[in-house]
Amino acid sequence: MSGRVGVVVFPGSNCEHDVVEAIEGLGGDAELVWHGARSVAQVDALVLPGGFAHGDYLRPGAIARFSPVMDAVRSFAADGGLVLGVCNGFQVLTEAGMLPGALQKNRHLRFLCTTVSVRIERSRSFISRLARPGTVLRLPINHFEGNYTCEPETLAELRAEERIVARYCDNPNGSIDDIAGITNEAGNVVGLMPHPERAYDALLGSSDGAILLRTMVEPPRGRSRAATAEAGATPGPAGSRLV
Amino acid sequence: MGEVIHRALGLSDEEAAEIESVLGRPPNHLELAMFAVMWSEHCSYKSSRLHLRRLPSEGEAVLVGPGENAGVVDAGDGIAVAVRIESHNHPSAIEPYQGAATGVGGILRDVFTMGARPIAVMDSLRFGPLDDARNRWLLEGVVSGISGYGNSVGVPTVGGEVGFDPCYSGNPLVNVLCLGVLPVGRLVRGRASGVGNLAVLLGASTGRDGIGGVSVLASAGFGATGDGRAPSANGSESLRPSVQVGDPFEEKRLLEACLELLDAGLVVGIQDLGGAGLTCATSETAARGGVGMDVDVSAVPRREPAMEPFEVMTSESQERMLAIVAPRDLSRLLEVCARWEVSASVVGRVTPGQPDGGGGRLRVLDGWDGAVLADVPAAALADDAPVYDRPRRAPAPIAAVAPDGPEADRTDCGADLLALVADASWVYQQYDHQLFLNTVEGPGGDAAVLRLKAPGLPASRRGLALSTDGNSRWCRLDPRQGAAMTVAESALNVACAGARPVAAVDCLNLGNPEHPEVMWQLSEVVDGLAEACRALELPVVGGNVSLYNESQGRDIDPTPVVGVVGLIDRLERRLPGLTLVPGERLLLLGHTVASLSGSRWAAERGSGAASGGGRLPPLDLAVHRALVELVVDLVSDGVVTGLHDVSDGGLGVALAELAVQSGTGLVARGIAGHAELFSESPSRVVVCTANPEGIAARARSAGLAVSELGIARGDRLVVEGLVDVALADLEQAWRSTLPDRVAGRH
Repeated sequence: MSGRVGVVVFPGSNCEHDVVEAIEGLGGDAELVWHGARSVAQVDALVLPGGFAHGDYLRPGAIARFSPVMDAVRSFAADGGLVLGVCNGFQVLTEAGMLPGALQKNRHLRFLCTTVSVRIERSRSFISRLARPGTVLRLPINHFEGNYTCEPETLAELRAEERIVARYCDNPNGSIDDIAGITNEAGNVVGLMPHPERAYDALLGSSDGAILLRTMVEPPRGRSRAATAEAGATPGPAGSRLV
Repeated sequence: MGEVIHRALGLSDEEAAEIESVLGRPPNHLELAMFAVMWSEHCSYKSSRLHLRRLPSEGEAVLVGPGENAGVVDAGDGIAVAVRIESHNHPSAIEPYQGAATGVGGILRDVFTMGARPIAVMDSLRFGPLDDARNRWLLEGVVSGISGYGNSVGVPTVGGEVGFDPCYSGNPLVNVLCLGVLPVGRLVRGRASGVGNLAVLLGASTGRDGIGGVSVLASAGFGATGDGRAPSANGSESLRPSVQVGDPFEEKRLLEACLELLDAGLVVGIQDLGGAGLTCATSETAARGGVGMDVDVSAVPRREPAMEPFEVMTSESQERMLAIVAPRDLSRLLEVCARWEVSASVVGRVTPGQPDGGGGRLRVLDGWDGAVLADVPAAALADDAPVYDRPRRAPAPIAAVAPDGPEADRTDCGADLLALVADASWVYQQYDHQLFLNTVEGPGGDAAVLRLKAPGLPASRRGLALSTDGNSRWCRLDPRQGAAMTVAESALNVACAGARPVAAVDCLNLGNPEHPEVMWQLSEVVDGLAEACRALELPVVGGNVSLYNESQGRDIDPTPVVGVVGLIDRLERRLPGLTLVPGERLLLLGHTVASLSGSRWAAERGSGAASGGGRLPPLDLAVHRALVELVVDLVSDGVVTGLHDVSDGGLGVALAELAVQSGTGLVARGIAGHAELFSESPSRVVVCTANPEGIAARARSAGLAVSELGIARGDRLVVEGLVDVALADLEQAWRSTLPDRVAGRH
């Protein structure tokens, strides 16, 4: 059975169709969820896509966290549902308090759209379930506010609890500890600045993002995520396709 | 008193007299203001229209040609492509961030007005030298404006170009091209029909921004309104209120709402509000439909209190659309708009045309039963602006004044080469160029390559390629041949992506049309474009003319910017692009004429005579067409590993870009001297291949010159007898040039 992924659309989101395409291209089902929705019961996983929710006015994510759908997202996550925030979605999750820290303007104070190398770390996150720690992925980034920051105590926790999902190999934006993505304590809520959906098809220059998105298309069987991770991890070069 | 007013509004005495004769009475102040914006150079093309008629616009695939909001071409598989290019030079010179941002916003509306979803933007930018702080401010402002608006509104900026020349100091060129896609069945036109139908204003409220933008700002030299000093002086500050202010979030909601309305068939016509605002949208939709329109100016939502009717009717406030809707569909339209948080107000009604088919009247009312504030024939505003055949005079030929000087040949061209390479990624990394998962080749190559895909579009394996090109050095020497070479280059860029060029758009940037030399340039440019487009069978489906571009009291060099759209029948694998594979051979397709006239080398590295004049190396359009066709075939057949056209900076820069982008060195031989290395003679492509004999045979049978250039290998770029530089040094120079200049380091 393939996973059903809900993609939340705020006014001003712009990567929602891209996420739908990538999920469907990888064999999953996806549907758009309007930000006014008060329930997300029919999906197995949720993506908060990139873009400029509510125009990023005030601050990225600062208004989106008040959208009605966010209560539903919060209870979906509390019940163990998988939630991935990509780029602007990551910003929304931090503003909503579902992930710690904040994303501030890039070190060079310019918008940056390019493809970077990202190293997958050993973490409790669902999104890296199929990727071996140390795997280097080529993933697009596209942000002005991607410079992750947090309190020193929070950083210590993130490290100690294996909650840093991915690090930049060559830090493009000034993020603390080269952080490109983090997860919550339960490992079911993940924020990533890079866009895995932009790298799901080799025709676009990289298919390295597929290994991340497949975790939502193919939900783990059985109860133990750890066991599944052991079984599912596939050796091989970055971006190798799993069957 | 009347005379003072019409002159202040940018109308000549003759034009004012003509308006009076059209109306059969003196116009009131509101009517005069409406004529002033509609008869401005920017809206009416009154100086250029006579000449633009010479451009070929017919073609098998053309669904909509010039004159509508965007040209539309049939791309096959039930998909059509809408494309449009426009300038925002004058606003950007005054307020670079908002000028460029609203340039993006305006062109997006032109494209979704046709029912197309915008999927790509390209920007062709030109500035004065960056050793001047104001030029650096303009560059940073323009790039941030495009980035800030385009990224947020959610349309990828997939390519473009940036160039520098003293002639643009203080008067940058900001040309924006937008391409959209639509199912053929969704094609709509900006016309009103159905007496009794309603005109609904969608989007932002109307403020005092941009009043007179098209007339005072875009259709006059800056010196005319200021104190005669350069635009960097006080003159431009007072024009800032004429620059509009953009809100990309409003535009994003407006775009989604309009596409949903079109999908649901809830509107009979739709038109964006750009230059000349509500006056333009109402008069154009009415004139195209042969009907009239009553506009209730009091129903227009306003941003500020106490606005005068003329301000409401001519404001260029951004992010507004005018939809023509049947009364029975109004409530459903309002529902869609409410969901997207887009404001919608009924501001007009379609009224009958004259029984004799003479079109209808545009009336501005103060309340439906209130006073009639203006009453003019809609077509008089939209179509009847005067057409001027302004005097033309060829300037003293530069070629004769400063012919190619014989000069000592250089034996070490390494330093020249390092000075001529520049990576533009400082610019394009500030733009989202990947959104929509269509970008197979982004900025930095010969052409952008996109999948032909968007929500609601039939599935297709087709792709398209897009290139924008311009070259003021060529056009300064010879506007006619320079314009033809510009078209040729753009078509060849698209061919290098394996795409068949199918349509072109043009944006003609020139100086003051009241100068006979500028009108001569305009006429020559049009003839050059027409010749090249005919020879390459490229219909010109749309265009824009920007006049009164002057820097420090001097007209800019003529700069036609050309955008070419190409189609790829099956886009299923990565394209070769700028790739070198060690051990493979390099061939040059086409013939090099050793001339430095009009070259970047002459402009930036030359001294004395060679930098100023000469005659352009010849362009043979029949040969060029054969080359374009061969290159499309070679790429489609997958027989070349890498390729790059030869243009700016000549063969030297083409080889350097191939080497640096692929991280592989090369050894070239048989290049006789620096004139051959840096010549910008047209119709040449470098290819990298494992099968040089096969490709050479195909080139010869197509009647094209072909020569062996050398081999890809090692970590140095070697042109025997001329250049020997380490790849690392080349890459360092390439990467650092633009960021250093932007930072004011030289």
